[in-house]
Amino acid sequence: MPMAASEIERLIKAAIPDAGVTIRDLAGDGDHYAARVVSRSFVGMSRIQQHQAVYAALGGRVGGELHALQLETAVPSKETSNG
Amino acid sequence: MAEPTERIAEIVGGNDIVLFMKGTALFPQCGFSSRAIAILDRLGAKYQTVDVLQDPEIRQGIKAYSDWPTIPQLYVKGEFVGGSDIMMEMFESGELQELLKAPSPTDGA
Repeated sequence: MPMAASEIERLIKAAIPDAGVTIRDLAGDGDHYAARVVSRSFVGMSRIQQHQAVYAALGGRVGGELHALQLETAVPSKETSNG
Repeated sequence: MAEPTERIAEIVGGNDIVLFMKGTALFPQCGFSSRAIAILDRLGAKYQTVDVLQDPEIRQGIKAYSDWPTIPQLYVKGEFVGGSDIMMEMFESGELQELLKAPSPTDGA
């Protein structure tokens, strides 16, 4: 069942309050999204853990209700340049 | 018949590079699985695939095994590496090449 991009963003921000969330509707069908999530809370986490944090925020919808979510996570660039 | 978790552990432990996917390497049944195969082929990796569509127990079990909700899932030398997005990021950064060419612990002289 399709899910609105705004709802995806709301759920991510509810769990990761400082998250910068960018969502693209890849196919224009409300069912295939790409999300980029940037948060300081990702500092020190592996990529797997960062993605798991976003999946957790979406509360089990990914892989079910939300079939296709292409996901990219990052820490704010200031943090990366500081190593 | 062994529990799904045991079967998964056996597959993951018994293959250096294994991709759990929808469909086969020749006929992937999902865009994400197709992308994962394209990356592995591009790197010239020798890998095994498991078609989760043929095995509902594995299909459910693998999600719990790695605490990861989606398929495909790549495992290298027993370790969960990630799904197709992480594979693409690691491919672009050169990390995946490094990981795949690293000799397995049992190969050493």
